[in-house]
Amino acid sequence: MAISMHLRAFGAVIVRDLLLAFRHKSELVNSIAFFILVVSLFPLGVGADIVLLRKIAPGVIWVAALLATFLSLDHLFRSDYEDGCLELILMSPHPVSLIVLAKIMAHWMLTGVPLTLIAPLLAGMYGLENSSIAVLMLTLLIGTPILSLIGAIAIALTVGLRKGGVMLALLILPFYVPVLIFATAAIDAQIAGFPVSGQINMLLALLALALTLSPWPTAVALKMSLS
Amino acid sequence: MNRLEVKNLACERGGRLLFSNLSFSLNPGAVLVIEGRNGAGKTTLLRMLAGLRSIEDGVVSFDGLSIEQLADAYYQQLAYLGHLNAVKYDLTVSENLKFAQQLSTVVSNIDDALHKVGLDGYQDTLSRHLSAGQKRKLALARLLCIHKRLWILDEPFTSLDKSSIAMFEGLIHEHVSQGGMVIITTHHPINLPDSILLRLTL
Amino acid sequence: MIMKWLHKFSSPPYFYALSGKLIKWLSVLLVAFLAAGLYGGLVLAPADYQQGDSFRIIYVHVPAAWMSLFIYMVMAVSGTIALVWRIKLAEIVSVCSPPIGAGFTFLALVTGSIWGKPMWGTWWVWDARLTSELILLFLYLGLIGLYTAIEDKRTASRSVAILALVGVVNIPIIHYSVEWWNTLHQGPTVTKFDKPSIHIDMLIPLLNMAIAFKLYFAIALLMRSRNELLQREQNGRWVEEVLEGK
Repeated sequence: MAISMHLRAFGAVIVRDLLLAFRHKSELVNSIAFFILVVSLFPLGVGADIVLLRKIAPGVIWVAALLATFLSLDHLFRSDYEDGCLELILMSPHPVSLIVLAKIMAHWMLTGVPLTLIAPLLAGMYGLENSSIAVLMLTLLIGTPILSLIGAIAIALTVGLRKGGVMLALLILPFYVPVLIFATAAIDAQIAGFPVSGQINMLLALLALALTLSPWPTAVALKMSLS
Repeated sequence: MNRLEVKNLACERGGRLLFSNLSFSLNPGAVLVIEGRNGAGKTTLLRMLAGLRSIEDGVVSFDGLSIEQLADAYYQQLAYLGHLNAVKYDLTVSENLKFAQQLSTVVSNIDDALHKVGLDGYQDTLSRHLSAGQKRKLALARLLCIHKRLWILDEPFTSLDKSSIAMFEGLIHEHVSQGGMVIITTHHPINLPDSILLRLTL
Repeated sequence: MIMKWLHKFSSPPYFYALSGKLIKWLSVLLVAFLAAGLYGGLVLAPADYQQGDSFRIIYVHVPAAWMSLFIYMVMAVSGTIALVWRIKLAEIVSVCSPPIGAGFTFLALVTGSIWGKPMWGTWWVWDARLTSELILLFLYLGLIGLYTAIEDKRTASRSVAILALVGVVNIPIIHYSVEWWNTLHQGPTVTKFDKPSIHIDMLIPLLNMAIAFKLYFAIALLMRSRNELLQREQNGRWVEEVLEGK
């Protein structure tokens, strides 16, 4: 089949998912609201000492981003699973990996991108400098797609079950640890005045790995969940 | 020749053997009606034929190739309608159909399809606002506006009234006389000429 | 020839009978190696000049940590065999391993914690190995949870196999990143969880314990596999015969 047909289907899936999200805005807002809430709670817990806040900012913001992404992953396949559209999408003459990638990309556009755009606001609340905020946004831009890609595998495995809850967290969050470590290390390095290219390159490598290696297990997992 | 062949298919579910050594073939122009009690495995069989459920024992082949070998190419020929309608409630009727078309190759006019199922004028209605029967008709309209040779339908007449069922039987007849094939399970008696019917009881 | 033997070996009734005999022999070996390892480690080996006698927990901690990774590899490999070649026995091995792996991981964590208390005064230190083991424990628990949550056990086994494979790619990445993280945040104190200069007197008990733990894994795996096999094949005739024979 012509590549152009595959690309058309790819685009159609993304457009559909974006359209659906905008018609049902509550799902969109949930994870962003959670993100803002968590980041706002910490100063109440640890005190408003700006020196301390500046120190914990990269970690806090990134952990909040992890959790917000984790919460939003459920929407990736659940609605389509429940109304039969997942079967429709998987039974198309296009490679399932491609369709899965389209859905993940739409999911990232609806969660990762807003998180990245809101982050500067929250970083400002924690007293970070502009240059640090720039690195924060860069790590979020590269890191959030990785979170969506890795999370998709676990969500695909459990889409047929009742809400996964803790088990899902156990399955996904360990795989998020490298992203968390390199992202926060990059921001910390920037704050201390050191170059960040090493950590950023690691993140890019992880992204490349996730892009190439995640769609296929996700597709296999979806087929298993549907059988 | 576009023929569906099943050889020695067996199926186990929940530790029970539902059926084994099932063999048949289906040629273009024929309708296969699968009958059986509830729980006999009709839906499971249909899902195996549609490639949704993995096959442990036996072979299903289309056009000479097993459906495992065909992979995605099988779906250029196959349209499936299960218990769920595969309709997004937040999309309008035409948006739902247009999306199905964007995943396919050979397509035809949406308005014609809607007219045939009796959903004229509902193009811009949000699917959420349709009745259960209308949602089912929308699912059937999908079959009409994407051209697939083999239709696998699992109890397609659910929620439809008598005249709609008759209308749809007419559409099935039209499909097979143009060289299509249909596999169907249903609790309603089928009103089609015996010459095109093949019956299988599980 | 090998294929024929493999085929015979993977037939459930044959495996059941063979494993029953194996368990008895392995148990004898287990007691022997465990005794040698414990005696060598607790009594014979010299006390560490810096840490005194409390470092002896290394003879449990290090082999346990080795096992936690070894079992993961066994699980991943058998899971792959089950996915690709659809061999039932491989499937059973891959789903019976996680609880044993979780147990060893937990043991490594607890012994690591006990080791740390006299040294650092706290019950937990964020050293690279302990942190990696903690993450590994989460992974094991997730796998066990996934297997339990899915009703159809064949689908459940395949899901576990897929996740185990994803883990195989990720665990080295996680381990490397945690180690690197540790070097970033570690103060001037050097972590002593790495093996102190290995003396031959220390190496032998360590290896004995490692072998003992592997034997334990084999025994536990065989026992669990037998149970799982009986459960899955409960409708088979050979199962009835086995149960009657008892």
